[in-house]
Amino acid sequence: MTTDLEHQLRNAPAAELDRGALAAALAKRAGKASLLDVAFAEIDSPIGELIVFVTPRGLLRVKYADEPIEGVLAEVATRVSPRILRAPSRTDEARRQLEGYFGLRRRTFSLPIDWSLVHGFAAGVLRQTARIPFGDVRSYGQVAAKAGSPRAARAAGNALGSNPIPIVVPCHRVLHADGGLGGYSGGLDRKRYLLALEGSLPVR
Amino acid sequence: MRLPPFQRLIDNHAAELHRFLVASVGVVDAEDCLQDTFLSALRAYPRLRHGDNLRAWLYTIAQRKATDAVRAHQRHRATDLDGVAEDRLASPPHRSADDELWTSVRGLPAKQRAALVHRFVFDLAYRDVGERMGISEEAARQNVSAGLRRLRMEVDR
Repeated sequence: MTTDLEHQLRNAPAAELDRGALAAALAKRAGKASLLDVAFAEIDSPIGELIVFVTPRGLLRVKYADEPIEGVLAEVATRVSPRILRAPSRTDEARRQLEGYFGLRRRTFSLPIDWSLVHGFAAGVLRQTARIPFGDVRSYGQVAAKAGSPRAARAAGNALGSNPIPIVVPCHRVLHADGGLGGYSGGLDRKRYLLALEGSLPVR
Repeated sequence: MRLPPFQRLIDNHAAELHRFLVASVGVVDAEDCLQDTFLSALRAYPRLRHGDNLRAWLYTIAQRKATDAVRAHQRHRATDLDGVAEDRLASPPHRSADDELWTSVRGLPAKQRAALVHRFVFDLAYRDVGERMGISEEAARQNVSAGLRRLRMEVDR
């Protein structure tokens, strides 16, 4: 009798978990209850898959494909909040605007930015960089000067190199004073692509 | 204090928690219970003091949600005057000996129900049952045998 009962228990009814439905329901309910601190989702682009992170305050992070996702997730969990869900519905606006940009239908982003990941001088540099218009370029020294330290071109370069929101905060528009490309956290190929897209790739 | 991004808890544990809940409360209620489990966990998550054994923590919440669902059904049944309609709602289309057994499982005290599901549905050793429930191996064994005893009484009746 015992074995019979145990046998029945072992053969419990099973059902397939619908992961998509679970994710959608959780994103919706967590959002309503103000429990979704960070939403992220993948976005296709001509320079590889991007992953965007959005908080209720705005766009927090744009990740290029070569950055390991676990590292970025851990950084966001520690520095912003561990309440992170994959929730494409929350990143729709960012996706729409990025697609518009790559399709040359959009020259300026109107996304609120969440600056939580940048501090100090770097924050000043990136806020100045955010104002450089589509198709324009600046030198590292110019951006440093705008941020209040005209002699801090190198520090400005470091700040731009750790820009958490590439493309939307257009650090690719900052070059060497002599027209040299300088550096880019996403790799120089991407910098070249973005400058060419905007018609401002320097000819040397 | 380092907690993994909550999404990874879902990726790693949603399937097993779902299975646990299907066995605990049935297919229909399992879906809501799973959502409620993750939502409660998400609410409490930043206040956790450490990230040790998050899996046992999730199972504890799931066990509580299962108990809530069972109670809600019992209340519903108790206050329902028109037994016919209720029966049609609560019962699966075919009512077999198997369904009877799982209805009895649902009626067990929460710890016994959870211990039986871990032990038999997941086929775990008592040590692992204890670890998932956050109780000792001995306590896991006791809950399983008490649950079996009670089930046998109900099934024989």
